[in-house]
Amino acid sequence: MSAEHPAIIRNAQVADLEACPCMSAGDFRQTLCARVSAGARLSALFARRKAGESGGRLYAVLAMPGSNNLGLLCCDVGDSYPSITGDCPAAHWFEREIAERAGIRPEGHPWLKPVRFAGKDVGLTDFYRMDGNEVHEVAVGPVHAGVIEPGHFRFQCHGETVHHLEISLGYQHRGIEDALIGGPDARTIHYIEPLAGDTTIGHATAYAMAIEALGGSRPSARAHAIRAIAAELERLANHIGDLGALAGDVGFLPTMSYCGRIRGDVLNCTGVLCGNRFGRRLVVPGGIMHDLDERLCKDLLDRLESIERDATDAIELMFNAPSVLARFEGAGTVSHELANQLGLVGVAARASDIEYDVRREFPYGIYQFTQMPICTWSTGDCFARAYVRWLEAKQSFAFVREHLRSLPAGATRQGVGELAAGKIVVALVEGWRGEICHVVGTDQSGRFAFYKIVDPSFHNWFGLAMALREQQISDFPLCNKSFNLSYCGHDL
Amino acid sequence: MIILASIIHVVLALSLSPLLIGVINRVKAKFAGRRGRPLLQLYYDLWKLLHKGAVYSTTTTWVFRTGPLVGISAVLVAISLVPLGRVPALAAFDGDIILLAYVLGLMRFMTVLAALDTGSAFEGMGAGREVQFSLLAEPALLLGVGALSISTGDWSLSGIYGSLFADGLAAVAPTAVMVAASLLIILLAENSRIPVDDPNTHLELTMIHEVMVLDHGGVDLAFIQYAAALKLWVFCALFVGVALPLQMHWPLVDLAFGMAGVFIVAMVIGVIESTMARLRLLRVPQMLVVSAVLAMIAVLWALR
Repeated sequence: MSAEHPAIIRNAQVADLEACPCMSAGDFRQTLCARVSAGARLSALFARRKAGESGGRLYAVLAMPGSNNLGLLCCDVGDSYPSITGDCPAAHWFEREIAERAGIRPEGHPWLKPVRFAGKDVGLTDFYRMDGNEVHEVAVGPVHAGVIEPGHFRFQCHGETVHHLEISLGYQHRGIEDALIGGPDARTIHYIEPLAGDTTIGHATAYAMAIEALGGSRPSARAHAIRAIAAELERLANHIGDLGALAGDVGFLPTMSYCGRIRGDVLNCTGVLCGNRFGRRLVVPGGIMHDLDERLCKDLLDRLESIERDATDAIELMFNAPSVLARFEGAGTVSHELANQLGLVGVAARASDIEYDVRREFPYGIYQFTQMPICTWSTGDCFARAYVRWLEAKQSFAFVREHLRSLPAGATRQGVGELAAGKIVVALVEGWRGEICHVVGTDQSGRFAFYKIVDPSFHNWFGLAMALREQQISDFPLCNKSFNLSYCGHDL
Repeated sequence: MIILASIIHVVLALSLSPLLIGVINRVKAKFAGRRGRPLLQLYYDLWKLLHKGAVYSTTTTWVFRTGPLVGISAVLVAISLVPLGRVPALAAFDGDIILLAYVLGLMRFMTVLAALDTGSAFEGMGAGREVQFSLLAEPALLLGVGALSISTGDWSLSGIYGSLFADGLAAVAPTAVMVAASLLIILLAENSRIPVDDPNTHLELTMIHEVMVLDHGGVDLAFIQYAAALKLWVFCALFVGVALPLQMHWPLVDLAFGMAGVFIVAMVIGVIESTMARLRLLRVPQMLVVSAVLAMIAVLWALR
């Protein structure tokens, strides 16, 4: 075991950028792998290139469940360093990103390819190929038949059986992380909110937490409660929409139609809360922009009552239909071990019986005072991912109802001071897809020196690829929808 | 009078078959709590498509353009061969079921060739699935009609359907029930309905029939959609003749019963599609084998 220890920080608490112990590449790798095999999760791994010099500095954020602690590691490397992926598969996608963004090569990486094709022709790479008389290749996308985001999928099939799926993304790369450097300014929030358009509240909350920590602002309990209500409404809208879409993918029409409408009703609740159905401009550093009065709370409670009744009817109908269960069960199974190795997060992880939820492990905001039960299932298949969504939706209904009835008093918004200089802060939030991680470092004048964003989709895309192994190609749309990952959240 | 009823049946089939699709979609909409598209939507679509040009991929050959033409020609022959309940077909002769099965086979063969002609991975997969499933559906169809033929001692479709219930219901009821069940499964499979295929999906990886016609447009697509509606009519008529044990001996009344039966079948399809999910593709052959086994038992029962 290495004598080196990571610097221990808490969720959304500032630390000195220089206080982080700078290790040798060997110690970095050893410490990271030892911690991960001891149960820590790799929340972020990224490189900061030094201006005008070769090489850069690697940062790793480890989430250590059960301890409330986050570990921060860093090490200085040259143009290459020994790859970590071999011992810690969760680093796989991160290291590819490091090679692409910082030009630092992880030596010995088993699968080194671009993840976003920044500055190159998107999608041009040497795809994995299988040879064989009866092996055929099916390429789907980046333009799809439905109104969805662009991504390219390549299947190596034998008949209807998929042996390998390669997912090639990057079509939505906007260069957000680079654009944020030198902030915050008037544009920053407009980069953050549509980062993954269906997770506006999640990402805006993580951003606000980071700024509040750096600017020494403590929002009121009321602001925290309304943020959490908005976050749970976002979870409800997406989970219900996903369950409807899953029903649609297996051709079960009633649930599909009803859930599409009910999702709209939940979005309308967010609209009542802040004037925008997707929660834009609700969460800001220091608090929230829109307060709730008695009348609005009453209105929301009434709406939620009928929404919950309708959603229960529509979704229980689906889970009681044998023909639906026959499609869901056993499709796209990700084992507990594999999910752990790949570092899956959110619904996909909990469906494989991983008890990990940022709201419980690293509570923030109002979740520090309210327990959110973790909903898990053990089978790891499409059924598990669907059922965990429904279990979580039920918890969210109860949470929103409880907090609308007992909103704490307090100001909606506090001022935020100048950002502290030379600091680093990690903000973890449980978005509806899973763990959202924002790592922010400030320079000597209190501007963003770097802003690293890890959307839950970044952890989970490879999980989808693995889930498809030895499955029927006709089950791909179902498996894909059961993960429902964000393309733009991944591509940034 | 009988020949008049037969002619009216063909005219009604040609003019009303797109309405069948409208009825199915309306039933599905009602189950889903929607208002649904207009009943005549397919007519509007056909009209629109007939006024459109077509775009042909440079990788395709004459085979691709021939597919829809052969398809619609084949199904027009099929419509003239199929009796509606007790109303005989326009053309009837011994062994016409073989011709019926194989004009439908020809239609499928050309659709599959046209799909393969595009060289698209999706269409190849769809063609593979279509051929695999029809391989199992065709024997079931022939066995089912064979069972009816044995119980009536007649060898033309119109003869079989005309005399099926002539000796009373009790004698043929077991055969008729089993053949009807078998035919219903074949109807769903051959017309790419849920639980075999999903006519509404946009997911090209899961489709069977829809994916094979992805590259067709304009008039070609109009022919394909119209031919699909007519094919649905053919199978509905075959099913109604077995499932509806009514015989009035007044050709026009029998025709009215047959017509009502066809639209009731459309509603039943709508209900099936609304209440169950699609089968996993691996399970589809098992369902088709069930239909073949039912038809086989019907044959044994008829031979007893």
